[in-house]
Amino acid sequence: MSADATRSVFSDVERVPGARKPDPILVADGVHRAFGGMVAVDVEHLEVQRGKITALIGPNGAGKTTLFNLLTGFDKPDKGEWSFNGRSLAGLPAGKVAKAGMVRTFQLTKALSRMTVIENMRLGAPRQPGENLVTALVPPLWRPREAEITEQAESLLRRFKLDAKRDDFAGSLSGGQRKLLEMARALMNGPEMIMLDEPMAGVNPALTQSLLGHIQALRDDGMTVLFVEHDMHMVRHISDWVVVMAEGRIVAEGPPDDVMRDQAVIDAYLGSDDAPSAHARQAGELLDVCRR
Amino acid sequence: MDWTSILANVAGELFHPVTAAYVIAAIGLNVHFGLTGLLNMGQAGFMLIGAYGFAITTLAGNSALTGFLVGMAAAVLFALLLGMPTLWLRGDYLAIVTIAAAEIVRLIGRSTSMTWLTGGNAGIAGDGFKNAFHATCLLPEGSTTILFWTYPNCYSNSWWLRIVAWVLVALLCLLVWRLMRSPWGRVLKGIREDEDAVRSLGKSVYSYKMQSLILGGCMGALGGIVFVLPQAVQADSMGRPTTFFVWTLLLLGGAATVFGPVLGSMLLWSSLMLIKSVMRDVIPATVLRTEQIESFSFVVVGVTLMMLIIFRPQGILGDKKELSINVR
Repeated sequence: MSADATRSVFSDVERVPGARKPDPILVADGVHRAFGGMVAVDVEHLEVQRGKITALIGPNGAGKTTLFNLLTGFDKPDKGEWSFNGRSLAGLPAGKVAKAGMVRTFQLTKALSRMTVIENMRLGAPRQPGENLVTALVPPLWRPREAEITEQAESLLRRFKLDAKRDDFAGSLSGGQRKLLEMARALMNGPEMIMLDEPMAGVNPALTQSLLGHIQALRDDGMTVLFVEHDMHMVRHISDWVVVMAEGRIVAEGPPDDVMRDQAVIDAYLGSDDAPSAHARQAGELLDVCRR
Repeated sequence: MDWTSILANVAGELFHPVTAAYVIAAIGLNVHFGLTGLLNMGQAGFMLIGAYGFAITTLAGNSALTGFLVGMAAAVLFALLLGMPTLWLRGDYLAIVTIAAAEIVRLIGRSTSMTWLTGGNAGIAGDGFKNAFHATCLLPEGSTTILFWTYPNCYSNSWWLRIVAWVLVALLCLLVWRLMRSPWGRVLKGIREDEDAVRSLGKSVYSYKMQSLILGGCMGALGGIVFVLPQAVQADSMGRPTTFFVWTLLLLGGAATVFGPVLGSMLLWSSLMLIKSVMRDVIPATVLRTEQIESFSFVVVGVTLMMLIIFRPQGILGDKKELSINVR
């Protein structure tokens, strides 16, 4: 997918919060979540374009991860409606959301430490009849599928350069390798859309480039990617579209270059309320990226 | 000192039906804790439920098979009742609820108002409910001596019960071995490690936890049935200490292993017998009376176990590598 094609998809899209997209895979409306008196998420309208990389950015406490949790069934909103591929997902438990084709990863990596890398991968696969208690007792009923799964897992491990770690416990991997494993495991599920919560957090810089390459490769395979990230360089480098949140609301949307010059975004990062110094630092970083 | 009789006593514990009963209950707990990470602190409750189900049913004149099925059905209901409100929540809640529920079962069982059904404090005497199991005996009547051990063939604490109990142990070990190495077992292990990760991969964690709770609970109930067959049903014999014995011997043998419960139970009960027998022989009655020796032997076993947990926390059969990752 060339940069021109990306531009043309988004060329008619307005640069406003809640903008309509030509072919949205995920549409959310009026999603609201408050913890006590504090409104964490209050999203009026959000559309995520199919087959593109959309970044979700915003200062700390903007509600990005909370929105992720809500959309993937890990948290329940006070009110709100959202649909994936035209099918409503509101109120579905996390397992069913993943089955519908929307798989997520976590900010704090959840590698299953006391299981080997290959077992982690196999667990990601859907439609394994042996996951039924009764079928599990009769190996001939699930061995053929297990062989398929293993083959798929091994090819993914090769792609993510984890094949040498195949039989090691996942707990013995480095932070970056765990991120890769978690992403590869999510791919075992065959998702249409993958949601990455801070894929770069804790990753050694040497791995960053390859991780970015992997994420772009996912899009080129036709997958939709939505990710939360603090690293502005990464956002600018790989995202096709950027959605900015602040204080639970979406405050800006647009292509990465435009968004980072948007006054509303810079204001959001600079903030006017609490912890101005941390926000100022992030805003400084933002301006820094824009200048390049 | 009469070493022959001491060693005969100790070795007798190795294949005692009560040892087997603990193995079976611990295999169930292993499904809960070792495989799924569920903190069931009330395995004795499941045992008691199974024992009551079996004894009350057979006392009413039904066959041992019917009694067994009623015991299992009661355990399934008990597991559903405990699991439905707690399996949505963090693990600690199941621990609190199970320990309380096991106590509720015991206190209701022993209460005076339930005497018509459970025999209250006195329990259900052996001769009543054992006939149904006695009737299944394939051995000729009488008693048999093999080496140092003489037991009746069919009645109560019998050879027949030993055969049935250890065949059950073998079958359950086979079942757990098969399940641990199946995709089903893999999902459970994933839940043990991090249930949110498993949820994010499209599995219904709640349903798997419930299946595990029911399966392990049924094994607990079966352990309870084997536990009462050589003796009587008495609520207080399956109280909190029983739950902790089951935990102790599971951790001793090694959680998440197939033979950990077997080894743990044999080792715990035979070493307890060894310590008791030797102390009775060696320590004069003026220093420690017999009942004091009984208590003191538990102290010795307790200290030994503390040593084990300090120096070999993964249990005897456990994998050090697996555990060291978790500790980090």
